[in-house]
Amino acid sequence: MSTLDQKPTTRDEVLFEYLVRLADDRLILGQRLSEWCGHGPELEEDLALANIALDMIGHAGALYTYAAEIEGQGRDEDDLAYFRDDIDFKNLQMLEQPIGDFGYTIARQFLFSVYSYLLYSELKKAEDEQFSGMADKHLKEIRYHLRHSREWVLRLGDGTEESHRRIQDAFDDLWMYTGEMFDMDEVDRMAVEHGFGADLKQLREEWKKNVSEVIEEATLKVPRDDQYMASGGRTGFHTEHLGHMLAQMQFLRRSYPDAEWT
Amino acid sequence: MTENGSKIKKNEWPLWEVFYQPKDGKPFEHAGSVHAPDAEMALQNARDTYARRNEGINIWVVPADKIVASTPEDRGPFFDPANDKIYRHPQFYSVPRASKKRK
Amino acid sequence: MDEQKQLDAFQKRIDNGETIEPKDRMPDRYRKQLIRMMSQHAHSEIVGMLPEGNWIQRAPSLKRKKVLLAKVQDEAGHGLYIYSAVETLGVTRREVVEDYMYGNAKYSSIFNYPTLTYADICVIGWLVDGAAIVNQTMLARSSYGPYARSMVRICKEESFHKKQGYEMLAKMASGTPEQKKMAQDAVNRWWWPTLMMFGPPDDQSPNSQELIRWGVKSKTNDELRQSFVDMTVMEAKAIGIEIPDPDLKYNHETGHWDFGEVPWDEFWEVIKGNGPMNRERIRARRKAYEEGAWVREAASEYARKKRLEEEKAS
Repeated sequence: MSTLDQKPTTRDEVLFEYLVRLADDRLILGQRLSEWCGHGPELEEDLALANIALDMIGHAGALYTYAAEIEGQGRDEDDLAYFRDDIDFKNLQMLEQPIGDFGYTIARQFLFSVYSYLLYSELKKAEDEQFSGMADKHLKEIRYHLRHSREWVLRLGDGTEESHRRIQDAFDDLWMYTGEMFDMDEVDRMAVEHGFGADLKQLREEWKKNVSEVIEEATLKVPRDDQYMASGGRTGFHTEHLGHMLAQMQFLRRSYPDAEWT
Repeated sequence: MTENGSKIKKNEWPLWEVFYQPKDGKPFEHAGSVHAPDAEMALQNARDTYARRNEGINIWVVPADKIVASTPEDRGPFFDPANDKIYRHPQFYSVPRASKKRK
Repeated sequence: MDEQKQLDAFQKRIDNGETIEPKDRMPDRYRKQLIRMMSQHAHSEIVGMLPEGNWIQRAPSLKRKKVLLAKVQDEAGHGLYIYSAVETLGVTRREVVEDYMYGNAKYSSIFNYPTLTYADICVIGWLVDGAAIVNQTMLARSSYGPYARSMVRICKEESFHKKQGYEMLAKMASGTPEQKKMAQDAVNRWWWPTLMMFGPPDDQSPNSQELIRWGVKSKTNDELRQSFVDMTVMEAKAIGIEIPDPDLKYNHETGHWDFGEVPWDEFWEVIKGNGPMNRERIRARRKAYEEGAWVREAASEYARKKRLEEEKAS
């Protein structure tokens, strides 16, 4: 899909699109997080970041698999992950940004984990048994990601002058990508109507409250909301970083499409 | 050693010993150690290191320097006396077969 | 004289098959040899994350990506288990880590080779982890308790590593022509470096005899190498992979596979730092360490502040 997208109309089409968006978010962030493997600030942190990356990729795979099943055209998780281009990916722009320093990675993980936590708390009530069961299962892991990133925000914010400056910069740089998380488009509205979507507008206040509490406890400043907010990820409009990431991620699989790799 | 290396050296996180409970009702076992700046991070690191395959359902972390251990010199007098107090050892008692199983 | 008595008493404990624990009396030389050998082992696990990590982003399916990421994560865990055992000998992790990044301490020469295709990842699982299992199974009976216990834990996890590598290599070896080519090419490149993993030949291995006498090891480098070759030849045959050694031949008298001369000149060069990837590996490790300094400092500083607050409050 792309600007030429057919708008989803039936329940299953909406569900497919909704699942793919969630999956894309998690695959792209998982791919980014996995770049830390072997390069973390301490051995213990290498293990922790790899655990979160594994969860993200695992969640993405489960969502793709279910999406493919709903679609019923014989595709599988790898078809969705490896054989779509950047204009077909629906992830939030925040998640495709390069890993930056450890502060940037932590700040992004925290902002996204609070969002995921609230979102999945709604999705586990979805009127679709398989979807709600999946959300409930993943929520347990998201809770841990939230705990981990929250603890690090506190330590970096209220640690040394340097760490304070670095993580403040990270929040400032990331803030323009946070608006997109709460944009409601036609797909979101239809998902709510069909009983398996969350009203993102309603999550916003709770998200802001939770995020602000931690940022302030970390002696940091919450960036201003009345600034330019990027958007477009949900329609396949991305920053230039995504294309390079996909080129790397997909090259082997696409170079030998007839080969068996699983 | 480079300038950078020696400067970094001062900042090693303290060592924590990790104990985990493999299953419900089982006693805690020593797993190994982790480095962590404080107790909360020690718990998280211990979970990521020693329980990432669900090896444990509960974890303890203890600052390594807070552990008091017997010395090898204690091995004689400290542990020997029990050997001749046979009533301290469970094998001394016979237990009715039925009571051995909990369920 | 007194010293000799103590040495004899120690040797007697070893010969009785007793396990040595951290606070036990032990000869200084035993402690030093263990620190050297164990930290070298731990560094290898950590540096070993780099060649494999090189393919996480490019793994050809989501399943393979997860398997590889979990495996590289395990290597970090293994490094951590062994460092944790080294630290029972009275050194800090920081000290030994800085010894290989800025000093002369070594890690396994195998990780100074590049991973060029995805088949290299499979071959590392099959051959490199296979060799590590042979070595570590022996070390799980080592005389030093903490080392032996860390090996038991590692061996359990390592068998999953070997299995996934072998399984995927088998798939490639019977796959498309390109996959077959990648699989055989990777085995050709990794075979000899894998045999070097067991260390120099017995007559050039100064530490071996001492380590055996003290029960740290129970087999010589050449014995371990031989049992690895014996095991691997059959595994290669089973999946249609050729081992790049024209001299490989079954010896009916000894019941072992005879093999050609390992290119030891190359081995000594790599040990000296002249392997294809030595400099880059060290550079990558230093970069992570140095760029992580502000993070480690921040967490220490935060912990210090919190302790002060608590003291004030009480």
